[in-house]
Amino acid sequence: MMIAAHDQLAVYLGIAAFLLAAGIYGLIRRRTFIGMLIAGELIFSAAALNVMALNRFTSPDPSVGQIFVLFIMGLAAAEVAIGLSIIIAVYRNYRSIHSKEVSELEG
Amino acid sequence: MIPGASFIISAIFVAIVALTVVGALLAVMSTRIIRSVTGLALCCVGLAGLYYFLGSPFLALMEILIYVGAVCVTIVFGVMLSEPDEPDPREFKGRELAWGAVAIAVCAALFWAITRFAHAGGWVKLPAQQADGSVRALGVSLLTTYSLPFELISLVLLVAILGALVIARGGRDKS
Repeated sequence: MMIAAHDQLAVYLGIAAFLLAAGIYGLIRRRTFIGMLIAGELIFSAAALNVMALNRFTSPDPSVGQIFVLFIMGLAAAEVAIGLSIIIAVYRNYRSIHSKEVSELEG
Repeated sequence: MIPGASFIISAIFVAIVALTVVGALLAVMSTRIIRSVTGLALCCVGLAGLYYFLGSPFLALMEILIYVGAVCVTIVFGVMLSEPDEPDPREFKGRELAWGAVAIAVCAALFWAITRFAHAGGWVKLPAQQADGSVRALGVSLLTTYSLPFELISLVLLVAILGALVIARGGRDKS
């Protein structure tokens, strides 16, 4: 009997690798800070999916991975809050959030 | 078990994977940032479905609640407060196309090598599971074994909220 695709570890690892690749591509390609933030969220999601899949298929205690992924989600939410406030502060000073134009440091 | 159940489950799984992949592509390829946020939301809905297939309805709920409900909405507010549209992509020259081809070749070689490596070893088979991973077990371990990280996460979130307020408020004039 064939094993269904949703019962195989490699499928989930492949999806996570695709999400990581898409996130890195977006991080390099994007020219605005919000686009880079979105790509960063994709990378976070890839890591969370990896942890959850490995937890489901190779760990004796299934609750460890869930708690870990919950912590990853909390940290991602904190990162978005800080990142967006920095973006808004930068926009207020430079009237732009394109990463080429915001290239001076002070202080 | 009803007849055709495995076919229906496989179809739902394929749909969820397609949702994740299309959402991720939309999130990184589109020019308008608001479409990119929509792609991120789609991708997170797909991820919630994947978590459900991985045996954790709790995490599926949390994914939709935190990512779609909080993160995407916050990013939409950020989009409304600034003008984040991408500049027009410039034309590619022949030299850049050549370097892109080299990069794709290197990526393909790396992917092939990692796949070979992963298939050579094989993963350790799952031993007998001692706990059931239900929401009840999650709650008990969050309050006993993982109580310190739990409190630390709440502290991190508090500091993040205060820091976001301070950063976004500074520099605003009275008028």
